Amino acid sequence: MSATVIRAGFLSAVQDLGRAGYRQFGVSLGGALDPHALRVANLLVGNEESAAGLETTFGGLKLRFADERLVAWSGGEFDARSGSTLLPAGHPVLIREGEELVIERPKTGCRAWIAISGGVEAPLVLGSRSTDLRGNFGGKDGRVLRDGDKVTLGRNSERAKILTERLREEKIARWKPPHDWSSPAKREPTLRIIRGSDWNRFDDAAVQRLTADKFIVSPDSDRMGVRFEGPQLKRNDLVDLVSEAVAPGTIQIPPSGKPILLLGDCQTIGGYPKIAHVITVDLPMAAQLRAGDEVRFGEVTLVDAHQLLINREQNLEQFRHGLQAHFS
Amino acid sequence: MEIAPLGDSALIVRVRESFDGAPDETLNAVLATRRLLENAQLPGVIELAPAYTTVAIFFDPVLIVAAGAKPNEVFDWLAERIRKVISNAKEVRADRIKTSLVEIPVCYDAEFAPDLEEVARRAGLGAQEVVDLYNATEYRVHCIGFTPGFPFLGGLPSKLATPRRSTPRKEIPAGSVAIGGAQAGIYPVKSPGGWNLIGRTPLRLFDPQKKPPALLRAGDRVRFRAISREEFEQNKL
Repeated sequence: MSATVIRAGFLSAVQDLGRAGYRQFGVSLGGALDPHALRVANLLVGNEESAAGLETTFGGLKLRFADERLVAWSGGEFDARSGSTLLPAGHPVLIREGEELVIERPKTGCRAWIAISGGVEAPLVLGSRSTDLRGNFGGKDGRVLRDGDKVTLGRNSERAKILTERLREEKIARWKPPHDWSSPAKREPTLRIIRGSDWNRFDDAAVQRLTADKFIVSPDSDRMGVRFEGPQLKRNDLVDLVSEAVAPGTIQIPPSGKPILLLGDCQTIGGYPKIAHVITVDLPMAAQLRAGDEVRFGEVTLVDAHQLLINREQNLEQFRHGLQAHFS
Repeated sequence: MEIAPLGDSALIVRVRESFDGAPDETLNAVLATRRLLENAQLPGVIELAPAYTTVAIFFDPVLIVAAGAKPNEVFDWLAERIRKVISNAKEVRADRIKTSLVEIPVCYDAEFAPDLEEVARRAGLGAQEVVDLYNATEYRVHCIGFTPGFPFLGGLPSKLATPRRSTPRKEIPAGSVAIGGAQAGIYPVKSPGGWNLIGRTPLRLFDPQKKPPALLRAGDRVRFRAISREEFEQNKL
């Protein structure tokens, strides 16, 4: 069965957890810019965590479902509705045959991930259903969704069928995951960073400004990276660096001195100095940044970053365990 | 060998400090290191990404802990195993790196070569002389990146080195053969870019339906062969 895209909105595409394993061929990781949010949303509708869902940027998305589906979404502060029912983030909802899901423009943040029971059945390309918008492959014909597209859906899992029966009366589940998992957007976030290998190429004043000053998100930002206006960070040396791997979270400083924070669609290698890296558990906040947002960076240690990530994974394991009660 | 964090879920193994002095030897050492690390199948490692002087290792800290590392020792635990893999190898047998020679047909017609005149002017050569010199050279793929399948080619005759255009083009057609500074390259997919375009190949350098998806890999040797416009059209897929 399928869902019809009545309105595709500003930028909506099929994404899963990304295309790992092909960086050596120049293929970006891609996938949901907040993979944790998609994992959680998938769990809420009885999917495998790695199932493909939809990512919408700035909303304006309207879907009509051809059959009964569970849906859960997470991300920025969006108004989401099905008919007259308001759908808060992180709550699984039962959408019936012929009903619609509308995600309007966000008040805070810019992206949302929508998991649908059964998952989006785009073909696997290089091990992933994600849309690679630069290589034009994966997802729906390698492109963003358009008005009128049909999105093919997989079969509801046994878990999804059980929860569907439970939600026949109330429609929306009252329980939800921890707030930060389903609503990661902040108006003035502090993103935690660890030092990058080129930290010492910048003088004391530059690294102090990085962690003391405010940076403003530039409109010239996309799924590849967030560009910042504000303080310009100048280098000590002018050595031409040899290109090497970069990763989502890398903060590189081009000759302009204005930082660029790389996101999931970033290229695989780069030659700008890497002053720092946003830690993995703060990438969900980074994925919500939009033009004009004010951001600060705060330094933590690599051990802190690992501990936070391991804690989050342990909490996710507990959450997964706790979900059993709703699916059995 | 320096091993440095690249964020909390990747690290970079610096195989050589620089590249310029001995590009071929550096490339072979990088590829040999990659192969050692690939064969070692270290726990928690997701993928390896070689570049000019480095091999990047992407890993999942959660899997590293599951494999026995203490949560406050994830990086050191992995770095120690990487060092062991590299130092236990009797020697990094760079000479055993298998490389294939790939011939790339290129049509140098003016329509496909908007910057050929500029390259020729800077080199003090005629356009045909540039093409002949370009074709007479054997190149090596130093790494793949920028866009899917884009090969950074070393070996460009120094005479042909041409600075990148001050304003990048918004859209460069797939198959464009180009010079950027001292390097040569081929744009596999339509993309923006600042390199000087001197021709176009009908070959597909990147096809996500193929295994592997890229025509070229780091280490491959490359030669260019001039073809007519007619041959270009016949071979265009």
